[in-house]
Amino acid sequence: MSKTGLLDTPFKPAPQEILEQYRDWLGEALGFKRAVDEEGNVVDESLLPKIPESKLVEIHEYMVRARVIDSWLLRLQRMGRVALHAPNKGQEAVAVGATMPLRPDDWVFPSYRELGAYLVRGMSEEEILDRALANADDPLKGSDFAIYGNRKYNLVPAPVPVGNQIPLAVGAAYAMRYMGRDTISLTFFGDGATSRGDFHVGLNFAGVFKVPAVFVVQNNQWAISVPRLRQTASPTIAVKALAYGVPGLRLDGNDALVVYKVVSEAADKARRGEGPTLIEAVTYRLGPHTTADDPSRYRPEEEVRHMERYEPLRRLRKFLEKNGIMTEREALEVEREWDKRVEEIARKVLSKPELPKDVFFENVYKEEPWFIAEERRDLEEVLRLMQELGLGDSH
Amino acid sequence: MPVMNMVQALNTALREEMERDSRVVVLGEDVGRRGGVFLVTEGLIDEFGPERVIDTPLSEMGIVGFAIGMALYGMRPVAEIQFIDFIYEAFDHIVNNAAWYRFRSGGMYEVPLVIRGPCCGGIKGGMHHSQSNEPYFQHTPGLYVVMPSGPRDAKGLLKSSIRADDTVVFLEPKSIYRTIKEEVPEDDYTIPLGEGRIVREGSDVTLVSWGAMLHVSMEAAKLAEEKHGWSIEVIDLRTIHPWDRDLVVKSLEKTGRLVVVHEARKILGPASEISAYISENYIDLLRGPIKRVASYDTPFPLAHERLYMPNLAKVYRAISEVMEW
Repeated sequence: MSKTGLLDTPFKPAPQEILEQYRDWLGEALGFKRAVDEEGNVVDESLLPKIPESKLVEIHEYMVRARVIDSWLLRLQRMGRVALHAPNKGQEAVAVGATMPLRPDDWVFPSYRELGAYLVRGMSEEEILDRALANADDPLKGSDFAIYGNRKYNLVPAPVPVGNQIPLAVGAAYAMRYMGRDTISLTFFGDGATSRGDFHVGLNFAGVFKVPAVFVVQNNQWAISVPRLRQTASPTIAVKALAYGVPGLRLDGNDALVVYKVVSEAADKARRGEGPTLIEAVTYRLGPHTTADDPSRYRPEEEVRHMERYEPLRRLRKFLEKNGIMTEREALEVEREWDKRVEEIARKVLSKPELPKDVFFENVYKEEPWFIAEERRDLEEVLRLMQELGLGDSH
Repeated sequence: MPVMNMVQALNTALREEMERDSRVVVLGEDVGRRGGVFLVTEGLIDEFGPERVIDTPLSEMGIVGFAIGMALYGMRPVAEIQFIDFIYEAFDHIVNNAAWYRFRSGGMYEVPLVIRGPCCGGIKGGMHHSQSNEPYFQHTPGLYVVMPSGPRDAKGLLKSSIRADDTVVFLEPKSIYRTIKEEVPEDDYTIPLGEGRIVREGSDVTLVSWGAMLHVSMEAAKLAEEKHGWSIEVIDLRTIHPWDRDLVVKSLEKTGRLVVVHEARKILGPASEISAYISENYIDLLRGPIKRVASYDTPFPLAHERLYMPNLAKVYRAISEVMEW
């Protein structure tokens, strides 16, 4: 029996039905789906998710919360309390819209710019700030900056090297199916990550093993200073998926409703065992790459001003107002409320104690090997010496 | 007790662990029908099917990354790297993910993964089928690094590695895959990670080694005894990281002389760490300098590999030097 899939001979073109399927796929991968335009008008009724008004209000609230906590993280970074922050402004619709349709037992492998997703999965603002400040309540125990996650919410802490969570999400999806679960894994990454080998192997393995996975590319146009056109000569990122036998489609990532709708369909499809989908969410990073970045060195300010009119929160509010769900004034009230709440949380969090000084010896191995035990004793001695020398405890 | 070579012992360990625990799967290039290019996974696909004996696309980055995802979800994958020389494509995953997920997640996630594959030279394998690259892994906190020297240990160590809750890099010296046969117990025994073994007792020199070099060390010990009547104690470290410090120190208390023999290159090889550690902490036990016998610091050559690697003469010379110092 031939396992090449080309029983008689490989020396011939792909069969007609594949050509037809790829024509459909190509349409979606080069196309652009949008339910609501930047003025809040419905442009494609069929792309609106069938969800109650209360859900729409919830989407708005999560996006507001993402924006508020983002601004607080920036503020706390400028105060010198947060080591580094990767601002989310302008990308809230992707993170929120893509995680709202998931089940709690699905697994999310985020990147480092998905505050909305962390909130939707169940992280509170307090936990986000504990994490960012790496204080005594930090669930990740001061391991790294700019990453978030918690097993409680099936939110796997992202790696900082971009995209290296992609094959992991695929392996986890294989394990879900192997264990007979009907869960899926969803991973976020950016346009820059699609240039890495991890994107290639992740998509390739996903296609070959037909795993229950959804890939969400946050194409925010910039990988630090390198524009999207320098990442790939491919006309879209979505079209890359087709080479792996995976459908890819492209949508307006600043339209939370189309993101919700399309991810929800891709998740259902994966859950039914019909394989993975790649979704290119076209969005725009309104802020710097991180607090250590200065976009004025490479990006014209006019571009940012131009893109502001496409930003997702403004659009959703216009939609909500036009449909009589919530007025602009009510929406701003929600934002003020959260800002006040987070201000209180920030005050509380700032007064929490720091992590124990020997915290970095924890969680290296399941059982502590002798060399770590030895280095732990060394630190105790060094701390005593620092006291003796009058160096305090942080020099 | 059946007599087995190392390939058979490893195959038996995999089969028994897969029977014992449905979370254990093997994956890699050609591990299915082909049974692996050295036949370590031979026959497993018949017994456990293609869902558990997974032929993957050809990419070490993919194999290891995919396996880490499985392990995070609660499986116990054993990822085969066809030749350990090809592992560098997976390096980012081994260091930044497999080794450090427990740390990164504050202990919430772990990666119980075994990455195994044939290593080391002596089979005229050239630059890319001969490397002994354990130093890269020893330098990464969070990993165990294991290298058996024979069939009995191979079975017990692989079982412990599969049951470990941390990632284990399991290196199999291919030159002794089939050359050493010994009785391998049929029962479900394990050999704890981190424990070495005294293979030959002696009182003049402590000779520390592992993998295929253990056998060169044993020959050298014999030669030194025959020629000079020196009594050489030979330790098989078995786990290179974390290494069995207590066993080495205990032996040094008796001998006061130390030679470390390995196939990895000399600069920053495990012998450098062992000798620095002993000099720093146990200089009072030493009667003279520690000797490292290692491969030369060049790429692994196809030509004259026996001269490039530690050999009987080099180990014998090191023993003589520490004895005559």
